[in-house]
Amino acid sequence: MSSYAITILTLIVIQAIVVCGLNVIVGYAGQISLGHAAFFGIGAYSAALLSTRGGLSFWIALPLVLIISALTGLLLGLPSLRLKHDFLAITTIGINFIVQAIFLYVPFFGGALGISGIPRIQVFGEALKGAHFLYLCLFFLGVVMAICWLFTRVFAGLACFALREEEAAATSMGISPVRFKLLAFMLGTVFAGLGGALYAHYMRFVSADDFSFPLSVSFLAMLVLGGMGSLLGPLVGALILGALPELFRPLAEFRILFYALMLLLMIRFQPGGILGESSLIRKRLFPLFLRRQP
Amino acid sequence: MQLLIEQILNGLAMGSIYAIITLGLALVYGVMRILHVAHASVYTFGAYAGVFIFQATGSLALAFLGSMLLCAILGVLIERLVYFPLLKFPPYVPLIASIAVMLTIEELCRLIAGPQILTFSAKLPFPDLDVAGVHLSSTLIAIYVITAAILLLLWYLINRTELGLAMRATSQDMAIAGAQGINSHYIVSLTFVIGSAIAAIGGILVGIYYNQVYPTMGAVPAYKTLALIVVGGMGSVAGAVIAALMLGLAETLLIGYLNVPFPRDALAFVAMIGVLVWRSEGLLGSR
Repeated sequence: MSSYAITILTLIVIQAIVVCGLNVIVGYAGQISLGHAAFFGIGAYSAALLSTRGGLSFWIALPLVLIISALTGLLLGLPSLRLKHDFLAITTIGINFIVQAIFLYVPFFGGALGISGIPRIQVFGEALKGAHFLYLCLFFLGVVMAICWLFTRVFAGLACFALREEEAAATSMGISPVRFKLLAFMLGTVFAGLGGALYAHYMRFVSADDFSFPLSVSFLAMLVLGGMGSLLGPLVGALILGALPELFRPLAEFRILFYALMLLLMIRFQPGGILGESSLIRKRLFPLFLRRQP
Repeated sequence: MQLLIEQILNGLAMGSIYAIITLGLALVYGVMRILHVAHASVYTFGAYAGVFIFQATGSLALAFLGSMLLCAILGVLIERLVYFPLLKFPPYVPLIASIAVMLTIEELCRLIAGPQILTFSAKLPFPDLDVAGVHLSSTLIAIYVITAAILLLLWYLINRTELGLAMRATSQDMAIAGAQGINSHYIVSLTFVIGSAIAAIGGILVGIYYNQVYPTMGAVPAYKTLALIVVGGMGSVAGAVIAALMLGLAETLLIGYLNVPFPRDALAFVAMIGVLVWRSEGLLGSR
């Protein structure tokens, strides 16, 4: 593989990890979030600060990053207890703008200059780069997807599904919306924080502009296109939307237009996502392979 | 003192412009319950249409009328081709579609007109005034007068005409309104015509006020106006207008005059979170 392909793939895998987190919040628990880039940013900034100013190695900093992410997820998940649908969507957009403004205006976070000089991740005394870093990201993606799979099988996951389908009915069955919505938010932000930490150590530089609102939109677009609530959806969505701009590179300045048009056409004609329940692939393609023997 | 008065006048102009853009969003949210983010790109498109018509004909009146017509057509196209078929899906689907529409229109503007900032040096036919040593430029007066005229017309349309009654009925319940013999899809399209034409006026006014038109001029208003319709009370047009005026004043006074070290574009969202905590139905909203 060329180093170009490795770079693109690494970024796609990191985004897939973040989108898996979004899937827990939006796909499993049914809480809309348009501020996921903020959680991604919080993970990246805490990893950057802990490794540069704190001088900690990635492996010691990672648990701290995950704890910070979980706590902010808990805090910023609180609005979801009072707000629904459109209100929650706009509030999460607001959270994204405010978090980005804090990164930009508080000198502790490096202001407009961002944080540079983030060290590479060390494994057995060797700095990871190129394909090796990609393998590390793939390993974490595997862990995240395994946790997601497990989550759909245990009571907490089923409780989230129930809340997504009908909150009043689920509550009357004794499922606490407070506990399980916050749990979903925490899990989702922990994954976003993990993605952010990997991103910070890969780019070795973070600035507030890397975590702006359009990134949140593209995370949600990846999830919706891949298919919300499905295990593989985030991966498929991240692959397609991550690769599209690269595939359109020969189109030069028409690239963003084509990207926007593809997104528009896909959401307009396949709003359930590519692997969603009523998608063309599920209806036409799956039966060809999955036909049961009589 | 004089500086304060001038800042207040500028803040009112900012607020008026926010109000003009937010109007369309509040109207659309009222009838369709869709967050029409792409409205800000209709406004960008309107500014471009205005510049080009003005450069071609030299007539500001033609620029306003032509741009309003083109924006109205664009708004109806967005509604018919994108939003209406997606109404039956959960709200995030039309929201993402709207963001995709916005990106598409912004890119089309950039590709057709070029990425550079165009100047819009037109003089609006209003007098310059000097009152007690405070200078009021013709552009400021134009913004106040035109905004007031739009608000009055819209108030009359919604509250005093049969068409307005049909619009209010459609926004309360589309299905029941249809059962009462109101062609609700026609009313929805009409709402897009009105909102988009008003956005065109806003685009041209902003273009003249700052003397610049560029492809991403809608990016910041796109999300700020979302916060404004929450502060005003979802779907409440009057509330959105009051919120817009207050934001314009607050931004100019707190950040421009008092130099509070705070990011200007995040202020709307901070206000929004305050409103959601203390009065979650918004300024004029009802539960």
